[in-house]
Amino acid sequence: MKYFHLIWAVLFRRKTRTILTMASIVAAFLLFGMLNGVRLAFNDAGKSAAGAQRLQTGSKLSFIETLPISLEQQIEKVPGVKEVAYANWFGGAYQKPEQQIIAFAVSPNYLDLYPDAQIDTQALKDFANTRTGVLVGDQLATKFHWKVGDKIPLLSTTFPQKDGSKTWPVDIVGIMKHKPGEKPTMLDVAVLMHWKYFDDGTPFNRGTVGWYVSRVADVNQSDSVAKAIDALSANSDHETKTMTEQAAMASWIKQIADIGLIVGSIMGAVFFTLLFLTGNTMAQAVRERTSELAVLKTIGFSRGSVMSMVLAESVMLVLIGGVLGLALVTVLSPMVGAASGGTVNLPSVGASTWALGIGLMIAIGLLVGVLPAGRAMRLNIVDALAGR
Amino acid sequence: MNAAVAAARDAGASSSAGQPLVEIRGLSKVYERGKQKLEVLHHVDLDIASGDFFALMGPSGSGKTTLLNMIGGLDSPTDGSISVGGKRIDRMGEGELARWRAGNVGFVFQFYNLMPALSAQKNVELPLLLTKLSGAQRKNNAAIALQLVGLADRASHKPSELSGGQQQRVAIARAIVSDPTLLVCDEPTGDLDRQSAEEVLTLLQRLNRERGKTIVMVTHDPKAAEYATHTLHLDKGALVEQQRVA
Repeated sequence: MKYFHLIWAVLFRRKTRTILTMASIVAAFLLFGMLNGVRLAFNDAGKSAAGAQRLQTGSKLSFIETLPISLEQQIEKVPGVKEVAYANWFGGAYQKPEQQIIAFAVSPNYLDLYPDAQIDTQALKDFANTRTGVLVGDQLATKFHWKVGDKIPLLSTTFPQKDGSKTWPVDIVGIMKHKPGEKPTMLDVAVLMHWKYFDDGTPFNRGTVGWYVSRVADVNQSDSVAKAIDALSANSDHETKTMTEQAAMASWIKQIADIGLIVGSIMGAVFFTLLFLTGNTMAQAVRERTSELAVLKTIGFSRGSVMSMVLAESVMLVLIGGVLGLALVTVLSPMVGAASGGTVNLPSVGASTWALGIGLMIAIGLLVGVLPAGRAMRLNIVDALAGR
Repeated sequence: MNAAVAAARDAGASSSAGQPLVEIRGLSKVYERGKQKLEVLHHVDLDIASGDFFALMGPSGSGKTTLLNMIGGLDSPTDGSISVGGKRIDRMGEGELARWRAGNVGFVFQFYNLMPALSAQKNVELPLLLTKLSGAQRKNNAAIALQLVGLADRASHKPSELSGGQQQRVAIARAIVSDPTLLVCDEPTGDLDRQSAEEVLTLLQRLNRERGKTIVMVTHDPKAAEYATHTLHLDKGALVEQQRVA
């Protein structure tokens, strides 16, 4: 600690260079904070206490293949299954096809399996009694300024109606949101409509469902129940694959894109560039201070302390920039969310992102400092003082 | 051993009745530059008594700075021995030598070599960072050293805000702050105008006379050498002439 003022002073010896380097570190960790939040949000998808009790059964071939509705009664009879619901992918959009939204056509009891959603009792009754009724997530309602009682034209990019129209008029009967103190769920950004309205309306579904959701009585028996469900369709033309909701979500996301790989690749490229940029700054800073470092060694500073001071300088440089970057995400996320009225929702920076970020800052700081620190440590006093 | 070398030893020994502070025997230094071997110092014998002020003179390349670096423990000899305060510093490893320098030697350079990012006060405190003194004690000692060199009112100034002479006085304060027995000065007035040079030399003389500091100073300037108690002339790596000034 007694060397702190010395390290701090040399760090800001060339203010412009240090601030510009720090700005690039801020930008890198700003990006890291946002992307890691996205990665963690995808990783956490389906992870909830209620989610652990839910099994999802889909086609073994692909998530776009459908299953016969007759399977519902068979799954209900599997020992360990308490309740079964089903749903179809609707391929929803609003106002224009590019403005896609998550919309499912669901069985009447679908929400019984999702006690983690907070919905008014009256809204549930209205949903049950209205053929064209839909429940919308509160984030979507905020984004599109929807309210209960609105009639909206929902577009389907996949399923036209029998008359060829891709517009499905629906009535908003309620708003869904996650319970206070719990993590946001997919229902916050989804639209749920009746499966019957959907199946009757389009000639392309013909009494099939996209996937089944089963609630098991005992989570410890999930594996055996999943195997029993898949055994129902073994060697048929609609073989199934049953897994926990979390695993199903991960598998579904992987079929679209490997978020971890994408985030990892982007951050890898960013940090690789940062490594060279900061490394160059540190090398330049140490080269310029050759005679000062020689003086420190002359007056008795050991090789180890000179090396440690250069390493501490480079770690401090990355730490200051990195912490500023992550703090900026923490401050900006709610501000952007509020300013956009919920349209843009940046993920918040959690403890795990901070821990990983600080670990990365220290690692990058040490990596970029190791070469100049080694050079400073090996410095020959006589040569350095003579300017050789 | 030639007559001049013997006289130099006698001059050093005669200035003090006891064991000399610096005792150099058969000191040689050979630098290897590629395939070439360059002998910079050739069998130098020298005694410097405690409280002496030695001026090392000689033409460029005569080995003055090399000899000074060895006395200060910055360079090691190829052959021979150097004892300072009874300790064989030529046998010390790099770490031990660093610790020895921190406790026993103060250095003053031609170009001051202050840390530009630190104030005069913080520059003077640098050697004290290696001690167990508290922050307040370090600050206090640095203030005393700055007062001694007449720069108490410039403590908060950065080197760029000081004149050359003032910077060199800060460097001297840094050299004496840990109260070393030996001061090693390499051309301390080489970059100064006449008036500043005289101020610095007077200060060194005061430190020698009033504080008993043993000083070894390399200089090209015969006027600077007049402030010393002894002058030594080197040529082609050997001591060729000595003179007792005062």
